[in-house]
Amino acid sequence: MNSQGLVGELVSQPYKYGFVTDIETEKIPKGLDEDVVRLISAKKEEPAFLLDFRLRAYSHWLKMEEPDWAGLDYPKIDYQNVIYYAAPKQNQKKASLDEVDPKLLETFDKLGIPLSEQKRLSNVAVDAVFDSVSIATTYKEKLAEYGVVFCSISEAVSEYPDLIERYLGTVVPANDNYFAALNSAVFSDGSFVFIPKGVECPMDLSSYFRINSGDTGQFERTLIIAEEGASVSYLEGCTAPMFDTNTLHAAVVEIIALDDASVKYSTVQNWYAGNEEGVGGIYNFVTKRGQCRGARSRISWSQVETGSAITWKYPSCILLGEESVGEFYSVALTNNLQKADTGTKMIHIGPRTRSTIVSKGISAGRSANSYRGLVQIGPKAINAKNYSQCDSMLIGDQAAAKTYPYIRSQQPDSSIEHEASTCRISEDQLFYLQSRGIGFEEAVSILVSGFCRDVFNQLPMEFAAEADKLLALKLEGAVG
Amino acid sequence: MIRSEAPVLIDIRDLHARVEDQLILSGVNLTIRAGEIHALMGRNGSGKSTLSKVLAGHPAYQVTKGSVRYMGEDLLALDPEQRARIGVFLGFQYPVEIPGVSNLEFLRVSTNARRLQQGHEELDTFAFEDLVRERLGIVQMDPAFLERSVNEGFSGGEKKRNEILQMALLEPVVAILDETDSGLDIDALRIVASGVNQLANADNTTLLITHYQRLLDLIKPDYVHVMDAGRIVRSGGKDLALELEQHGYEWLDRDVANQELA
Repeated sequence: MNSQGLVGELVSQPYKYGFVTDIETEKIPKGLDEDVVRLISAKKEEPAFLLDFRLRAYSHWLKMEEPDWAGLDYPKIDYQNVIYYAAPKQNQKKASLDEVDPKLLETFDKLGIPLSEQKRLSNVAVDAVFDSVSIATTYKEKLAEYGVVFCSISEAVSEYPDLIERYLGTVVPANDNYFAALNSAVFSDGSFVFIPKGVECPMDLSSYFRINSGDTGQFERTLIIAEEGASVSYLEGCTAPMFDTNTLHAAVVEIIALDDASVKYSTVQNWYAGNEEGVGGIYNFVTKRGQCRGARSRISWSQVETGSAITWKYPSCILLGEESVGEFYSVALTNNLQKADTGTKMIHIGPRTRSTIVSKGISAGRSANSYRGLVQIGPKAINAKNYSQCDSMLIGDQAAAKTYPYIRSQQPDSSIEHEASTCRISEDQLFYLQSRGIGFEEAVSILVSGFCRDVFNQLPMEFAAEADKLLALKLEGAVG
Repeated sequence: MIRSEAPVLIDIRDLHARVEDQLILSGVNLTIRAGEIHALMGRNGSGKSTLSKVLAGHPAYQVTKGSVRYMGEDLLALDPEQRARIGVFLGFQYPVEIPGVSNLEFLRVSTNARRLQQGHEELDTFAFEDLVRERLGIVQMDPAFLERSVNEGFSGGEKKRNEILQMALLEPVVAILDETDSGLDIDALRIVASGVNQLANADNTTLLITHYQRLLDLIKPDYVHVMDAGRIVRSGGKDLALELEQHGYEWLDRDVANQELA
């Protein structure tokens, strides 16, 4: 892969996804109460069980407190000053892409996610979500031939209500945590994936989340179900325009893997991070959790977190089925005044379950970057194994890196390994590269991407190149 | 090969440099012409490695006085990467390991940086692989080393061969090899020396920093210089190295003292 070549050409680009699409948007008034929850449900013509789910979540949320244990220290969010539903105005039901507003197609073109029949990516099916709604999903028909369902969650609610009712909220319950409860009450759209028994999904599936409105929260909900022996690789990308106000994003992702199923979930998160002074940017509070329900099932999270003013995110695996496997590979880069508290939870319940955690944190500027992870081995998890590796790299002398590993084991016949390291970019390595004609910034990028190699190797090809580019971009001006 | 009419490639005048508060170079003078091979000897701590790092632009060293002209240009005004691009090469005594960075990609990026400077086109992955495979022969290196991370887990000899491979790709005008012979067994020494000899021509120069005659048996220097306390205290032909080998540096101390008395 010629990722390092790409690095050079991109060093001097600003956040290139910062544009706003000028489109007529239907928004509901600011604020949140029970009527707003009912209104969202009504707009989506939802069945009663879902409205119930939302209302229960809302009443939980009212009783819950916003968590502050991560020490992220951001100004208090006024939840009544957020718009909970915004949708680009267009024909209610679009039978084909021809009916989608060209401005929307253009937006996704500009983001490098062409949706139209002629230009769309050949090897990836895409669900494109704009503010609160999904505007298009490509390759639906082709996937349907394999029995694979890939559509917006709104569509799934009307087309496959049984599956939604059976699985929604079973991995992340409505009262799981403050942000998950909020999401459960007001989620507007997101993606739904169903891979039936024995099917290996013929192409990668991808959701692209785009926030366009500055005062609107984005609350997407993703549900992925892999039946016995099924497998899928799912990619998620996110960008947002540059606003000088903070935008709230609280997503929930649930994954269910039955016997021998395998789900690989990769994220490149590049929400707007705010400017150099820390003004603006996305508040990213995300609950992602997978449940290895079946024996020998496997759920793998890979994430490259580069954006957002605040990141609060712990993609986790509940390893129920015997011999099931959970993996977490993460690169989190913070610059300027960004703050990230991210990590994972590996909950070993079944016997001979295994988990691997590889986390690479890079802190530059005056940012703060924490790894927070839990490895829990329950009494029945005989011979469970965990390996964790947490490395931090500091760039400059004003950034902070912290590691909070929590380990709880109730099973003596288990093995838990934890390795951690912290380093600075080494002057000798930099000089070595420079003495071979490689410029300073490019040398830094090369060192950082080398530091992250173990994680990048887990990403799908296109994503790995993208991730490399992103890191180079984000680091611009961070050194020297 | 000594030709008095050959152009001066590097001209060091009264060079003083320090690291932190310690003065390590205190008045180095050295002129090197195209086609010549120079050997720089001297005790540990006499300033040989410092001189090489100052020439390559290591940021930890500060030049406090003096000048270095490279083909007429003020070398000290340039960043390390610019020096490399215009043809100054430092072969490291201790090549640095860079985990996670593919050796092949590293070699390609650096080769292209030099090529661009020379007005050549950048080489894509395929064209570069052809080039690198051809140059591997110069140091008899196994192509498997291309797939590994830069110097990571390489033996001492492999690291030094990788240095000479870089030299073969970058085709420098001035190559400074800092104790390239240290830590090499006889076979590896022969291979490395033969690589250096193959790359030497009438338009470039090599400055060998070494402690041992055994390297100079294989790469014949035109000039030998001895450093002491941050200066070149003695210069001569290749016989000087033989004398040093025979008598040790103490002989030189007495000799220099006698000279100064006279």
